[in-house]
Amino acid sequence: MIVISETILLAIVLAPLAGALLAGLLRNQIGRAGASTVTILGVAVSCGLSCWVLYQLVWGGAPNFNADVYTWFTVGKLSLHVGFLVDRLTAMMLVVVTFVSLMVHIYTIGYMADDPGYQRFFSYIALFTFSMLMLVMANNFLQLFFGWEAVGLVSYLLIGFWFERPTATFAALKAFLVNRVGDFGFVLGIAAVLYGFGTLDYGSVFAQAGTLDGTTIEVIGGHPWSLATVICVLLFVGAMGKSAQVPLHVWLPDSMEGPTPISALIHAATMVTAGIFMVARMSPLFEHSETALSLVLIVGATTAFFTGLIGIVQNDIKRVIAYSTLSQLGYMCAALGASAYAAGVYHLMTHAFFKALLFLGAGSVIVAMHHEQDMRRMGGLRKYMPITYITMWIGSLALAGAPGFAGFFSKDAIIEAIGESHRTGHLYAYICVLAGVFVTALYSFRLLYMTFHGKERFTVVGHGQGRTHAKTTSDEPHHAHHPGELEHPPHESPWVITVPLILLAIPSVVIGWPTVAPMLYGGWFGSSIHVAQANDVLGELAREFHGPLAMFAQGFVSPPFWIALAGFAVATYVYLFNPKIAEQCERILLPVYRALVRKYWFDELYYNLFARGGVKLGRAFWKGGDGALLDGVMVDGSAAFVARSAQIVRRLQTGYLYSYAFAMIVGLILLLGGFWYWGLH
Amino acid sequence: MSNWPLLSLLIWIPVAGAILVLFCGNARPNAARWLSLLVTLIVLAVSALLLPNFDYTSGAMQFGEAHEWLPGIHSSYKLGADGISVALILLTTFTTVLVIAGAWEVIKDKVHQFMAAMLVLEGLMIGVFCAMDALLFYVFFEAMLIPMFIIIGIWGGPRRIYATLKFFIFTFFGAIFMLVALIYLYLKAGTFDLATLWSLHLSRPEQIWLFFAFLIAFAVKVPMVPVHTWLPDAHVEAPTGGSVILAAIMLKVGTYGFVRFSLPIVPDASQQLAWLVIALSLIAIIYIGYVALVQEDMKKLIAYSSIAHMGFVTLGLFVVFMLARGLNDPQTAQLGAQGAMVQMISHGLVSGAMFTCIGVMYDRLHTRLIKDYGGLAKVMPWFAAFMVLFAMANCGLPGTSGFVGEFMVILASFKANPWVSLAAAFTLIIGAAYTLWLIKRVIFGQIESEAVRTMPDINAREAFVLAAFAAAVLIVGVWPWPLTHLMDASVSHLVSQALATKVG
Repeated sequence: MIVISETILLAIVLAPLAGALLAGLLRNQIGRAGASTVTILGVAVSCGLSCWVLYQLVWGGAPNFNADVYTWFTVGKLSLHVGFLVDRLTAMMLVVVTFVSLMVHIYTIGYMADDPGYQRFFSYIALFTFSMLMLVMANNFLQLFFGWEAVGLVSYLLIGFWFERPTATFAALKAFLVNRVGDFGFVLGIAAVLYGFGTLDYGSVFAQAGTLDGTTIEVIGGHPWSLATVICVLLFVGAMGKSAQVPLHVWLPDSMEGPTPISALIHAATMVTAGIFMVARMSPLFEHSETALSLVLIVGATTAFFTGLIGIVQNDIKRVIAYSTLSQLGYMCAALGASAYAAGVYHLMTHAFFKALLFLGAGSVIVAMHHEQDMRRMGGLRKYMPITYITMWIGSLALAGAPGFAGFFSKDAIIEAIGESHRTGHLYAYICVLAGVFVTALYSFRLLYMTFHGKERFTVVGHGQGRTHAKTTSDEPHHAHHPGELEHPPHESPWVITVPLILLAIPSVVIGWPTVAPMLYGGWFGSSIHVAQANDVLGELAREFHGPLAMFAQGFVSPPFWIALAGFAVATYVYLFNPKIAEQCERILLPVYRALVRKYWFDELYYNLFARGGVKLGRAFWKGGDGALLDGVMVDGSAAFVARSAQIVRRLQTGYLYSYAFAMIVGLILLLGGFWYWGLH
Repeated sequence: MSNWPLLSLLIWIPVAGAILVLFCGNARPNAARWLSLLVTLIVLAVSALLLPNFDYTSGAMQFGEAHEWLPGIHSSYKLGADGISVALILLTTFTTVLVIAGAWEVIKDKVHQFMAAMLVLEGLMIGVFCAMDALLFYVFFEAMLIPMFIIIGIWGGPRRIYATLKFFIFTFFGAIFMLVALIYLYLKAGTFDLATLWSLHLSRPEQIWLFFAFLIAFAVKVPMVPVHTWLPDAHVEAPTGGSVILAAIMLKVGTYGFVRFSLPIVPDASQQLAWLVIALSLIAIIYIGYVALVQEDMKKLIAYSSIAHMGFVTLGLFVVFMLARGLNDPQTAQLGAQGAMVQMISHGLVSGAMFTCIGVMYDRLHTRLIKDYGGLAKVMPWFAAFMVLFAMANCGLPGTSGFVGEFMVILASFKANPWVSLAAAFTLIIGAAYTLWLIKRVIFGQIESEAVRTMPDINAREAFVLAAFAAAVLIVGVWPWPLTHLMDASVSHLVSQALATKVG
């Protein structure tokens, strides 16, 4: 029997880090080709070893790996470590992360070809891969938090990659701060775990999870709260930040300011799913809090439906996909809330493939359109770029849950699981996720039609018009040409872009067939995920499961299929045959339309309340507190008081002999008078 | 080697070196520079010798030295260092080397005097960290003010006179209270020996009076709200080297005072009034965080950020009392105290690095206003990389030293009271807000002014200084074990001192 060794795991983690450091620190020495080579090599090593680890765990009979690598610190009896836990859940994440990362690395060669920050970009995405691997391989909360914040850092750097664009730096700052709000809850959740269990190691914490029942904590005097609920809600606040759940979702659409490869890698396939992964990992804790799970369910379902709606009115191709990502994260989250952790994680996996595909496809379109992202200036692209066109269709079918495609298996399972659930809020959640299916189909096919079908809404002005060359000087992509005018006709992207598209399209079609039975219904995750007997909705569904083929056939008569078909039909009619309808709808449903375009006014609210409000408060504290009160009254005031008193007292020191003589006489009289007075009594 | 008076060497080599440097005179600035660097490197090497000779299992004072000093008032020249002292001494010797290297061409005027003042300051600061006699501590504590007063007063900015006066009067005002307290203790115990004072029996009212005397003295130094307003002014006017020393080490003298005086000498009063210090610490973290957010001057911003970060030190120290006595949980109390100690070291590194960064920018553009910058990443990519790293450390990102102490304090205070932890954890948001907003406006964005466009990237000397800080920040962040190991026994001893009641 082969045992997974620490060396292998260290290699998986450190190979991308080595690539990142080489590409970042020696960027001038190794040059552009060198930077992409070392990082791709690093991630490829990592990907290969991850596949090997998965193979050994699943088919090779290797036991789970759980050991500390080194001691981070020791205080008294408390030791925190850096260590790895590799079970099937982790191994699956390893493969997904490294595979998508590898695809994105290769794709980047083409996408960033003309960017001056080429090496820096490769360094960042390799560093991201390292951070994400640390996160998923952690065997304790400390390292989880390290990975958690490190991916946030790289996300910040990558959103603000084009740091000369004010919108990009703004989006980066916003993303970091909103994530920090989540982390604020997360770190308190970790503190609560230490409070409850006296350790931060997963193993010991989960082993003691049973003691949570009946344990309370008095956060507000006289109101004992279930400790399990406090821990899980706080941890989930962290997940809400990272996985962009309402109301902490506002950063994700803006993160599209970053280059497209990172939208695929970080803001679709991997980092944003960290929250989902974390909750699944913490299932032994969440199972002890019905309240926390209800919250997860309701928040997830809300996100699934309401952010999907916004996707319908977006015109920026990347933003449509970004809202779609929000919505799909909501599905995963709702699955977790229904105790269908395996379904949530399974959707995480399938979604990683087809969403990365969609983002990379969108990037391919953007490159072809000379960095135009507005779909109103696209149309009819299918004949120019067939590979992108076909793979985007595959991705969209998978996303919309067409029977047989990857998304079908995972999303149907989620919807059914929520239907089976009896948790508080399950009916609301069920309606949300069902309605979300319609929305998903609508925005997916709207995107396809607006981009690839219909009339061309751009003009090719031809060569040599005396304009600056419109090819990517990525710093100023939007100023090189007039909107809707292209110098060259769009053309299919080079192989470094299309090959990753094809490689991602394959799993988007087929991955569901071999995996659905074991991963969803076969208890594949084993001890990684813990579900209490009473909550096991997937176990219920497993009884009605008769293989992928039966599920496929069943798919054609299930409600989600018909709902999705309705969405498809509406999209086809409106955006392919009768675009005027869309405008009429906008007019008729103006308040709704406005709410969607303004994204329910979350941004305005947060900006005014927190950003501007914070600055106002700071100014009030500074000028009023530090300036007027402390410095004005206390410091300068006491100095002025001393000066004023000195002014008065100084008058006595006139320097004239008669004044002093007069003072002496007065003093003598007072003194004698005093003696006489008190002496008498 | 273990018989060598290492601590005395550490104090007096810099002072002797300062005299030699003065002999270089104004005409030979390069000789003064190289000689000062040599002296600080020797001191760094000597301080490194402490580590192999240190007994990590003991929380007691080591490397002890005692000589007759003022027998008339039973005060002696008595030195000693535990893990906490050793960590702070290492921080001092490390930072001073970088300050000398950082000031190299920046100080053009009276170089020999500047360098000599820095060296004297180094010796005196080390003296504070290993004085085992209260009067000796007081002498070092006060004497330290003089070179700093000179550094700001001579090489400082335009409002340096206001700033130095404010700085001097504030700290001197505070120190007077300490002197009164020490005299009272002397009258009671008949000696200034610290170890004797630690075990001195004191009634509760006595302790309360002494507690407030110490609190005023050390709160000014830390500084804690509401006696912090001298710090932003002092930083703004101080030359870069002065700011680095001020932020990195002198502030630690205040919290070190709590460790050596308040906690062990008046534990019961500290217990009774811990709520006050904790409240002031939380105000420092939140209120000062907001104030930092709106600063227009980079140095003021980092100065305010320092106050907020020092709030974690005082919080960690006094949350010990809620945990050790209130909840009878010395284990978690130790975590809080250790967090405070790690935060002291980390803040020294991070704030020192941040002030060095601001100095690098100031040397090129001669302004500290945020609005004069923007887009540095384009013209100074290496500098930008360092600055972003230190900014991340300043907002407590895991993997940097800034995370370790804050994390420990947040974890520990949750057990004491979740609300305290919640308020402290607010730094995650507000700290990131003011630091990264600064980065957004200074490092990122478009280049607006012609002056910025011609700014050269850091030279080798600046790169060396920043890289040394960066290495320290990352090592402590990735592997804090050596640091916590160094201080573990001492922190445990400190908690037991705080735990031991002196009344009833």
